[in-house]
Amino acid sequence: MEATSLERTPLYARHVSLGARMVPFAGYEMPVQYAGVIEEHRAVRTDCGAFDVSHMGEIHVDGPAAHAFLQEMLSNDLDKVRDGEAQYTLLTNEQGGIVDDLIVYRLAHGQYLLVVNAYNRSAVYDWLKEREARGTEVRDTSDEYGLVAVQGPRSIERLELPDRPAFTHEMGKLDGIEVMISRTGYTGEAGVELCSAAEDTEALWDALLTRGATPCGLGARDTLRLEVCYPLHGNDITPDTDAISAGLGWACALETEFTGVETLRRIKEQGPERKLVPFVMEEKGIPRQGMPIAGGGEVTSGTHSPMLDRGIGMGYVPAASAAADTELEIDVRGKSRRARVVKKPIYRKEQ
Amino acid sequence: MPAAESYPDDLRYHPEHDWARVDGDEATLGITWFAQDALGELVHYEAPEVGSTLTKGQPCGEVESVKAVSDVVSPLSGEVLEIHQKAVDEPEIVNEDPYGEGWLIRIRVTESAEADSLMDAEAYRAHVAEQ
Repeated sequence: MEATSLERTPLYARHVSLGARMVPFAGYEMPVQYAGVIEEHRAVRTDCGAFDVSHMGEIHVDGPAAHAFLQEMLSNDLDKVRDGEAQYTLLTNEQGGIVDDLIVYRLAHGQYLLVVNAYNRSAVYDWLKEREARGTEVRDTSDEYGLVAVQGPRSIERLELPDRPAFTHEMGKLDGIEVMISRTGYTGEAGVELCSAAEDTEALWDALLTRGATPCGLGARDTLRLEVCYPLHGNDITPDTDAISAGLGWACALETEFTGVETLRRIKEQGPERKLVPFVMEEKGIPRQGMPIAGGGEVTSGTHSPMLDRGIGMGYVPAASAAADTELEIDVRGKSRRARVVKKPIYRKEQ
Repeated sequence: MPAAESYPDDLRYHPEHDWARVDGDEATLGITWFAQDALGELVHYEAPEVGSTLTKGQPCGEVESVKAVSDVVSPLSGEVLEIHQKAVDEPEIVNEDPYGEGWLIRIRVTESAEADSLMDAEAYRAHVAEQ
């Protein structure tokens, strides 16, 4: 690990003092775990966990033409997003591929915030900056902010926040710290993502731990998101994969005009040749990214599910093998292991 | 609960972080505290088959945590006599007790002189300190 070339979030010192195992991720030194992935995972499924996600990028798009510009750049219908609301959407390329998946927040008329994957921060910024229309200003403000996700069924109660619908946001104070409170997340649980000024993020983190949130690393973030089948850009979706094949057609307003929409309409009409499907292992063994699936497929994400206590994953398979209950054979380092396609999500809380 | 760091004096160690407890012409094998700590909580142990032949320094199974997979390297040459089924069914016992309940396989040693080439606990502790 070349620590000198890696960036650090505002919470780096907190992670080290908590004894986190630090790993390089998307150019940052990030905590992969504190006490252990499984324990942290369970804390989020049953109570409340806090994740430093300050490595994610913040890009502001402002100006009288910002709305029209973003409507052309992003796959989902921005007309549906009002002040105080947010939307999951895709930045697409001419081939219908996914430059990044992101959440767009409408802060006010002509003021938008995009929260993008850390790894794609400069790709997104460069993409938008090159196409920036008159009356629009694109700014990368990532270094000004810290971002902490608080996730789990007891999050709202522990933070003493009012109930709000998913994908809404508001400015507020938490223990005296000014934060943007968004009802968003990457775990399938209730919770918020809190964005503060970078200089306030340590105080915010301390307040969250004092309120009983369990510090959670990137390891648990990955197992949590995979159990609920949220795609990870770079694994499950890339600039070479399209939204329809990835099962993200719901985030594409094909009746609007945006980059690559013609390609996506065609794929939708003809039906994709392969599809991204969730699966569960029926035998021992843990699927991992890159493992072949018999019949011309490939695993794009795989892990051990702490809730199901078995291997789970997602991968692309020929469309004929994509229906739920289809049996798959996965090549786990030379050994063929049986898996079964399941419906999304892989894990669902018993109600 | 994960075990505290230790490297018992009665074991022999392979630099790839595996141990052997030699008893006559048989030996019990496992992975060291250092190896389980580096991996994190184990969720899968892929064991070799009973009767298979092991070569010193070659893989003889895999241990896997949520995030990573690692070969188990055989510290000695021999033949697999027994797989520890509890380590297959509940691999977390390797984290909890890597030298006791967390043993992996029992073998018949075929090259008895090989044990002398393994590290003792003191040499292995020095090896770990360099990692």
